[in-house]
Amino acid sequence: MSGLVDIFLRAMFVDNMPLTLFLGLCTFLALSRRTESAVGLGIAIIAVLGITVPLNNLIYSTFLAPGALSWAGYGALDLSYLSLLAFIGVIAATVQLIEMLLDRFLPAVHASFGVFLPLLTVQCAILAGSLFMVERRYDFVESVAFGLGSGAGFALAVILLGALRARLAYADMPDGLRGLGIAFILTGLMSLGFAAFAQMVAT
Amino acid sequence: MAGTARYWTRLIEPLVRQNPVTLQILGICSALAVTTTLDTALTMSASLIVVIVASAGIVSLIRRHIPSSIRLIVQIIIVASLVIVIDQFLQAYFFDISQRLSVYVSLITTNCLVLGRTESFARNNPPLVSMTDAFGNGLGYALVLTIIGAVREMFGTGRLLGYQLLPTVDQGGWFEPLNLMLLAPSAFFLLGGLVWIVRSIWREQAEPSEFDAPKVEETTP
Repeated sequence: MSGLVDIFLRAMFVDNMPLTLFLGLCTFLALSRRTESAVGLGIAIIAVLGITVPLNNLIYSTFLAPGALSWAGYGALDLSYLSLLAFIGVIAATVQLIEMLLDRFLPAVHASFGVFLPLLTVQCAILAGSLFMVERRYDFVESVAFGLGSGAGFALAVILLGALRARLAYADMPDGLRGLGIAFILTGLMSLGFAAFAQMVAT
Repeated sequence: MAGTARYWTRLIEPLVRQNPVTLQILGICSALAVTTTLDTALTMSASLIVVIVASAGIVSLIRRHIPSSIRLIVQIIIVASLVIVIDQFLQAYFFDISQRLSVYVSLITTNCLVLGRTESFARNNPPLVSMTDAFGNGLGYALVLTIIGAVREMFGTGRLLGYQLLPTVDQGGWFEPLNLMLLAPSAFFLLGGLVWIVRSIWREQAEPSEFDAPKVEETTP
């Protein structure tokens, strides 16, 4: 059990997706101008990562991993080079499915963060979640913890940055620095702060 | 003559004036993650240029045959297949660098720069000009990566591409390596500074202020 908590905390703080691994920065910077959109994006990311990483784990361990097809009599087959295509397909399908389900059953939720869902199909943090899952050889339960943890870490970072930038809208700063420039420097400062978590979880 | 000029603008514009990284916020993820040393930055740039030029060419060749409802899926599959080829190539011939790039080569698939160019340009233009445009954007991306990678490697270790340029203290020289340069935050600071420099020189790139500060009349005593 403590192993799972370790994985969750490690994914959330130590290997924070945008701040230490530089993943998903495009949406991270584009949607953190307002706190409300940052919250919506954060929830959407937790949901999508929490679903796609375990799903891709099942697909990888049943079909794609070296020797995984031995149940079908093709034990010598190694399809792991196809994992990129498979993961992208699963992510696109899942995002579409979540969007349709939300639209049908929870229209209020769909209206509040549904607009961010299509963006997540081509978001590097989502795909990287599945790729890291393969690289670190997580099993199914561990990949649930990892997916939820990295989603929570992303949500935390994007909401913090959104709150900071909302205040900075009133600041008087050099023209060239306004917008993207200061967002990078703020992210750098936050990343410096998150570096303090590096010793928190034993590897 | 006019034709050549058109290609030339397509190639030159994205280098600084329309730079995909500093102006359009495209493809930043990989721009920061792989720049701890110059050789990974160069490998990444080369892979991205190959992928973006090839995918722009292919998408532009079949642009009349893709139904617009499924065009994103088709484009992603084309890009993903090219990325798999590049990834296998790097693992076969540059195993050491491909280990250090870890998942970031695969992440070229979701690099917004590649999809952005195929979606906004190659889908509506003939192959040759699309490929020129893609090449220009790839070079613009490579330029940013090279600058950041060179600064980080130079000041983080005193070396450039493995050659010792600044003699470090523990080798009897004078240069104290800045360890911060090798950590994540410095990449953000450097890119933020670079954006600031570019936007101060080309002022039209600066973002408009969201709120106008109230004018305060100065009272002269």
